[in-house]
Amino acid sequence: MASFHKTKGLTDAIFHYCPGCTHGIVHRLVAESMEELGILGKTVGIAPVGCAVMAYDYFNCDMIEAPHGRAPAVATGAKRANPDNIVFTYQGDGDLAAIGTAETVHAATRGENITIIFINNAIYGMTGGQMAPTTLPGQITQTTPYGRDVTRAGYPIRMCEMLSTLDGVAYAERVTVTDVPNVRNAKKAIKKAFQTQIDKKGFSIVEVLSSCPTNWGLEPVEALKWLKENMIPYYPLGCYQDRTEKGVF
Amino acid sequence: MAVHMLIAGFGGQGVLFAGKIVAYTGMIEEKQVSWLPSYGPEMRGGTANCSVCIDEKPIGCPIVLEPQTLIVMNRPSYDKFVDAVAPGGIMIYDSTLIDAECSRTDITVAAVPATKMANDNGLHGLSNIIMLGQTLKQTQFCSLDVLKEAMKKCIPPRKQHLLEPNLKALQLGYEYSC
Amino acid sequence: MGQKFLMKGNEAIAEAAIRNGCIHFFGYPITPQTEVSAYMSKVLPKIGGTFLQAESEIAAINMVLGASSCGVRAMTSSSSPGISLKSEGVSYIAGSDLPCVILNVMRGGPGLGGIQPSQSDYWQATKALGHGDFQLLVFAPATVQEIVNLMGTAFDLAEKYRMPALILADGMLGQMMEPVEFPEKKTELPARPWATTGTKEKRKPNIINSLYLKPDELERTVVERFERYDVIKENEVRVEEYLTEDAEYIVVAYGATARVVRSAVESARAQGIKAGLIRPITLWPFPEKTIANAAKRVKSMLTVEMSMGQMVEDVRLAVNGMCGVSFFGRTGGIVPTPAEVLHEICKLAGGAE
Repeated sequence: MASFHKTKGLTDAIFHYCPGCTHGIVHRLVAESMEELGILGKTVGIAPVGCAVMAYDYFNCDMIEAPHGRAPAVATGAKRANPDNIVFTYQGDGDLAAIGTAETVHAATRGENITIIFINNAIYGMTGGQMAPTTLPGQITQTTPYGRDVTRAGYPIRMCEMLSTLDGVAYAERVTVTDVPNVRNAKKAIKKAFQTQIDKKGFSIVEVLSSCPTNWGLEPVEALKWLKENMIPYYPLGCYQDRTEKGVF
Repeated sequence: MAVHMLIAGFGGQGVLFAGKIVAYTGMIEEKQVSWLPSYGPEMRGGTANCSVCIDEKPIGCPIVLEPQTLIVMNRPSYDKFVDAVAPGGIMIYDSTLIDAECSRTDITVAAVPATKMANDNGLHGLSNIIMLGQTLKQTQFCSLDVLKEAMKKCIPPRKQHLLEPNLKALQLGYEYSC
Repeated sequence: MGQKFLMKGNEAIAEAAIRNGCIHFFGYPITPQTEVSAYMSKVLPKIGGTFLQAESEIAAINMVLGASSCGVRAMTSSSSPGISLKSEGVSYIAGSDLPCVILNVMRGGPGLGGIQPSQSDYWQATKALGHGDFQLLVFAPATVQEIVNLMGTAFDLAEKYRMPALILADGMLGQMMEPVEFPEKKTELPARPWATTGTKEKRKPNIINSLYLKPDELERTVVERFERYDVIKENEVRVEEYLTEDAEYIVVAYGATARVVRSAVESARAQGIKAGLIRPITLWPFPEKTIANAAKRVKSMLTVEMSMGQMVEDVRLAVNGMCGVSFFGRTGGIVPTPAEVLHEICKLAGGAE
């Protein structure tokens, strides 16, 4: 039986994430995928603005820190400069689905051959728990103190569903990391997304439903329970687009 | 000689193209050259004009505000620029399209029925070149050969069939007696 | 150098960039600089480069950030309102010590303004093209040939000092045609060991970043950057002087306006007024010394701009009270005429009024 070892895809820097936050798990899955696919030496990662802003210290590959929401544009520039590099972005919901919606949608519709790892935890973590574009109706945050009132704040955005309508998207899947089977599933999706890019099939995105115990005001285990009971019904898990056989062009 | 020319008319009359040919004559004679179009929404069918300067020394302001030579091809441009022509300068206008009596006595005025001449000779759309031919005759800003060479340079290879009618229009304008 | 072409400023910019090894262009259409994009879109796909029409100015500058991080020469171009949108990315590029070239073909503002020539983005270009303590190299060409010549300089210096360079042109220069000669194609570019091109698992990861959460660390990087700026101020100032040697009245003007002034200065000389022109070619670094030296020997100075008076503040700082500095400007897309400038010079000389 293989023994557990730390992946080469991560540096020795210690994560700054809160206890019970699932960023750590997703970081590891991304890092393991890069190592297993043998692409660590040619990957360029793009860090977002948000909790994962310091991802550039954690991934053991070349990294660029992008302005808020602009990671897909930065990734586009990086990929066009050196098409043989593997380029991924790691973005939260505010970054990807609010301030960076245009960059996300257009990178996707261009069929930009990049991979996006999208962390959806229904809240702005780094700034202290404000409403995100993915905050659920009725969910209490610092800026929706009475619960998200859709008549004032509008509805949450389902990014995978929306992006799956675009012809440039080769692969879009929503996963979560609440338990071992789901973690395994998430790893499979992330690896497939990278493989899609390696095979030059087009734009790939994996949305990971994640927890934020600190800003949700819950214990880590309760947070995972809340995620399962509230987020998954609104954001069903599954594959929303798969053109990985033929590619998008 | 230095050229300080303004060419004005409707968009589509070939005002900018005529200016480009003039600019090329300066290039051929290895002089300093500038060509500046008016640009903006009026490009789409309104009035258009371009300033052309040719000189031995570096060209300062490329906007021709007081032209030594004004080629004018429609009434709005005539009204706008007739008073701007420098004293001692020359105005050549298309008398098919502009019905006007110029009261200025300090400039040379040449009326050329260029649009009619173009239509009568099967040279539709080449009134600009007819005007240019007459301008050359009046001002001798370069030799006829240089102007013909410039014209060849301005017509792209895939439009070479247009060279002959252009040369014909040039000759027609050059030979016209006002 | 060799053959001469009659070319529009905007097209010459594009061709000059390509000849200087910039084959990655990211842009968004805006008048009066769209010919740059059009030219790039025609040429770049045929030579293995990238022309990408971005979804926004914001995306375009961030594509430049990404491409430049990965070690290639990259540029974007726009006009005033679009440059405002790019300012976020420009600040990040400066904070990440990345080279790139940005072109601003200025038009009248504020807001949507107009589409005719203007110089009202001087403050933005030289003082604050984004948040934070930083500068850009700012070049102000006055002829189409100079645009071509400065393009190579802009890329070279941006790389030498690892900072963004801005070519500040205006609608008049962009739209006008003049004869140009191009330099030989540049094929070898300087090495960029800092670029994010993949570790090949042979070196530590390269990180392109502008975030420093510890104040002392951030202060140190900013101070280091400003030490570099001091070197630039010492070595990279470019300025043209015309008839200044015996001048009693000096006009300071840049870009297309300087051409108008040149004509006016010649007319003033013809009338016996000893006028001259100082034309800053770099707006940052600003030719302070040239202006200060001139201030010692002239009777007074005049600054002419297509704005309500922006560069005039830098002229006054350089002059530092040694002589009077007056201002004449037109704005909103109106180009001052040589006659207007001549009138201003005559006023200084105690003539007309």
